[in-house]
Amino acid sequence: MHNKTVSELKKYLEEKKISSVELTKHFVDRIKTIDSHLNSFISLTEEYAITQAKKIDLEISKGKIRPLAGIPLAQKDIFCTKGLKTTCGSKMLENFISPYNATVVEKLNDAGMVIIGKTNMDEFAMGSSNETSYFGDVKNPWDTEYVPGGSSGGSAASVAARLIPCSTGTDTGGSIRQPASLTGVCGIKPTYGRVSRYGMIAFASSLDQAGIFTRTAEDCAILLTHISGYDPKDSTSSRKEVPDYEKECKQKFTSMTIGIPVEFLDGLDDTVKEVFEESIKVLEKNGCKFKKISLKSSKLGVSAYQVVAPAECSSNLSRFDGVRFGHRADNTKNIDDLYKKSRSEGFGQEVKRRILIGTYALSAGYYDAYYLKAQKIRKVISNEFAEAFKEVDLILGPTAPDCAFKIGEKSNDPIAMYLSDVFTVSTNLAGLPAMSLPMGFKNHLPLGLQIIGNHFDEAKILSLAHHYQQITDWHTKKPKLSGD
Amino acid sequence: MNKETIIKISDLAKIDIKDDQIDDILTSLEKILNLVDEMNSVNTDNVTPMSHPLNLKQELRKDIVGASDERELFQKNNKHIDNGYYIVPKIID
Repeated sequence: MHNKTVSELKKYLEEKKISSVELTKHFVDRIKTIDSHLNSFISLTEEYAITQAKKIDLEISKGKIRPLAGIPLAQKDIFCTKGLKTTCGSKMLENFISPYNATVVEKLNDAGMVIIGKTNMDEFAMGSSNETSYFGDVKNPWDTEYVPGGSSGGSAASVAARLIPCSTGTDTGGSIRQPASLTGVCGIKPTYGRVSRYGMIAFASSLDQAGIFTRTAEDCAILLTHISGYDPKDSTSSRKEVPDYEKECKQKFTSMTIGIPVEFLDGLDDTVKEVFEESIKVLEKNGCKFKKISLKSSKLGVSAYQVVAPAECSSNLSRFDGVRFGHRADNTKNIDDLYKKSRSEGFGQEVKRRILIGTYALSAGYYDAYYLKAQKIRKVISNEFAEAFKEVDLILGPTAPDCAFKIGEKSNDPIAMYLSDVFTVSTNLAGLPAMSLPMGFKNHLPLGLQIIGNHFDEAKILSLAHHYQQITDWHTKKPKLSGD
Repeated sequence: MNKETIIKISDLAKIDIKDDQIDDILTSLEKILNLVDEMNSVNTDNVTPMSHPLNLKQELRKDIVGASDERELFQKNNKHIDNGYYIVPKIID
């Protein structure tokens, strides 16, 4: 049952071939057996899930079938879930029980999904390897000596290992697409504003966006339809109408012109280049036209990102002061001591580093040189994408410069770690939608194909991804797991 | 950037840094700033800074009463509470 897609499980449940309680128990048992090798979950919500599943089964028996009734889901532990622990991968929120639901959680609950657990992640979503989590490293299901990517490493690894059919993630600089690439699953980051950020613990508010992990583009489309839309609780969410992405992506594929940024191929690893070029050939034979384009400032994306994201994080994380919620230090002398000790004990090394860089960039005398300059570079990058989309429907490239790296390999080199996101950050800076899907392997480790679209062109991205998955079978490959 | 800057920004950010950590932090922040300085390779004198990916303006909502006071619910996450107030170390002598 764990090899079925969301689309297949939906039919099984609606036709009463399996109950939601049976399905929930199946996945809970599977997580209990296998996840000790992967550490992809911070918490299992078994009791809560069984209660939800029983409610859904009762509804199905009475003929009330919600759109995603009874399908198990894992929520990244960055989304506030009412009455359940929401840690954000940090000691700071180790014992935090959220008093409310994030809008994404509320919407998927309303659609009938059953939350089985909360997935592991880099602390406050700051990382590209899942090694900054207070709750330990997540292991890549394809080889447990390797990282799964990050920050949504637990969400990606759990889907790759078939511990859950789908999960949520967040993407500030590549945190959905890079782990999707490194674990061989699909991950979509929608347009900024497509999905509400309410109740999603903020890292960099002008870049953060919620999205989905699944094994197929069709499943991504199904879930994306349900989490998208305007939310009065998030003033940056868009009022643009939400299409039925599932219907759109399954329509007959029409020819597209696809741009290949020459800068993405400069100095690229040989195997990644070969695999990527093979996927271009496959698509060329199946109705796509390709065109070389230039995104010459995209290489500055990481530099601009390293100002914008830390600056916004230093502001957002100032709310963790040890007073109202989160970790509070003992034996403090005065209020300043309370703030400093609580924050120093509650935050890990990478989070502190980013807060310090952000504080520096925003401090008196440096704002123009750093934050303002970064906002201008952002505009330059955004303009280059806008120019490119006058000539092409979509842009294609590798999601990451290489396959997964070994645990510990880059943990003492922040710059090497930040460069893992070199192909993903620019789309966050420009607010564009993008998706990663499996395109092959380097040795035994998966590689991801990134599709970037113009603002609100998620349907086009999903259509190409679905088309690619009809003519290739990379998305059906599965890792061999201990305990499986 | 130097040691004094690290001490100043850590105080602004309310993060304690031990003396033996300053050198490591200084080295890693300098590396990041070198990466950031690559932005200066592009002349942006005539570029308008981008503050919102879709160039949208913040909406104003109507001034109507929304969610009711949920202080008790929110304070369940804190054991340092007295009569609805948060207890903190003495601020004024």
